[in-house]
Amino acid sequence: MKKVFSSTIKNLSAGDEIKFSGIIYTARDQAHKRLVKDIGRGRGIGRNFKIKDAVIYYCGPTKAPKGKIIGSCGPTTSSRMDEFTPFLLKRGLKAMIGKGRRSKEVIAAIKKYKGVYFLAPAGCGALVSKYVKKVKPAAYPDLGPEQILMLEVKNLPLIVGIDSKGRSIYGKD
Amino acid sequence: MRIIKAREIAETVAKLSLKANCSLRPDVLEKIRLAFKKESDKRAKAALESIIKNAGIARREKLAICQDTGLPIVFIDIGQDVSIKGDLKKAINRGIALGYRKGSFRESIVRDPLARSKPGYEGVVIHTEITRGNKIKITVMPKGFGCENKSLLKMFLPTAGTGQIKKFIIDAVKSAGPDACPPYIVGVGIGGTADYASLLAKKALLKRKGTVPYLEKVLLKELNQLKIGPMGLGGKSTCLAINIETCPTHIAGLPVAVNISCHALRSATKIL
Repeated sequence: MKKVFSSTIKNLSAGDEIKFSGIIYTARDQAHKRLVKDIGRGRGIGRNFKIKDAVIYYCGPTKAPKGKIIGSCGPTTSSRMDEFTPFLLKRGLKAMIGKGRRSKEVIAAIKKYKGVYFLAPAGCGALVSKYVKKVKPAAYPDLGPEQILMLEVKNLPLIVGIDSKGRSIYGKD
Repeated sequence: MRIIKAREIAETVAKLSLKANCSLRPDVLEKIRLAFKKESDKRAKAALESIIKNAGIARREKLAICQDTGLPIVFIDIGQDVSIKGDLKKAINRGIALGYRKGSFRESIVRDPLARSKPGYEGVVIHTEITRGNKIKITVMPKGFGCENKSLLKMFLPTAGTGQIKKFIIDAVKSAGPDACPPYIVGVGIGGTADYASLLAKKALLKRKGTVPYLEKVLLKELNQLKIGPMGLGGKSTCLAINIETCPTHIAGLPVAVNISCHALRSATKIL
């Protein structure tokens, strides 16, 4: 699939394995805290990032070693972003990529706003870096490793963790 | 009295931090390979294959095994017949900064845990111990926080049975669930004080073997029946190993600490 269109999302079921190509944005703890604050106050995030239809990747990569565009860049634990996620889904966030479980509130919001949550290869940051084709700073450069980066990825292997009907790969616990 | 220069310690720490972050410990890799062989669940097997592939890429390309290059913990055992010339604490921090900069590792330490300003490399956790002899043993352990966040401590009653302790350890792994990069290696510290049990649990992760085999064997079997599996998607391989360390404690208490490591258990050691 090229882009996450609403029509594609609807057809995905928890457990499906896909290869994702397109634009994703890294954002983790501090970026989430700030996004919720800034979007809540109606502030712009910067020219390179819009929450509407965005795919957020819970990730803080290592720096790019010489000759590479990015370092190790696997997913971080998604549940730490749970308290901010329903708000972002309401404001148009389409998909999330991370690792591990999500809260009941997040699952309900994914169902309500027809989003999707993907799992990326956990603890395999060197491997994931191979699927990243382009990197561009997008927002909050002062956050250092927690800044928002725009990544263009090609054929990134993902598993649907929670689908738009609120079904979870981990079952109901 | 043997004299060792702080500069030599800094250089060693730098090298060890690069090795620990890019080359997965051979004993850990061996355990992952064994789990891969034994695993029959298709998705779990594929996840383990990715983990093995990842370790290969990291080693060959000198990339960090995981983007979370951790809060570096440095264990330094100093022989009592050694005199260190220079500032030891500074040398260790400088060594980490040197190695981490060279490896392009992530700046993951915030100086102020409350203000949480822009992260850097400084603020290494150092554990020193005085030993016999005239050598210095240095171990660098980059501990990722996805799994560190799952650490637990419980002060049991001295009359508590092994069953209660086992349940506590199993519940700790259950609560980590799929979130902290299974298959896990579980470190357990039993005895001492609250702080010492926690340190023992962490040190248990550095060992190739635990010290309470009868308990470890039973627990490993039970943990692998939880079916959390690699990436939490089911399968046999929930835990690669469990190491228990014990030490004397007070008649009124029984501290038990659990420190969980993700599959990327990283450390490197050198003796000077």
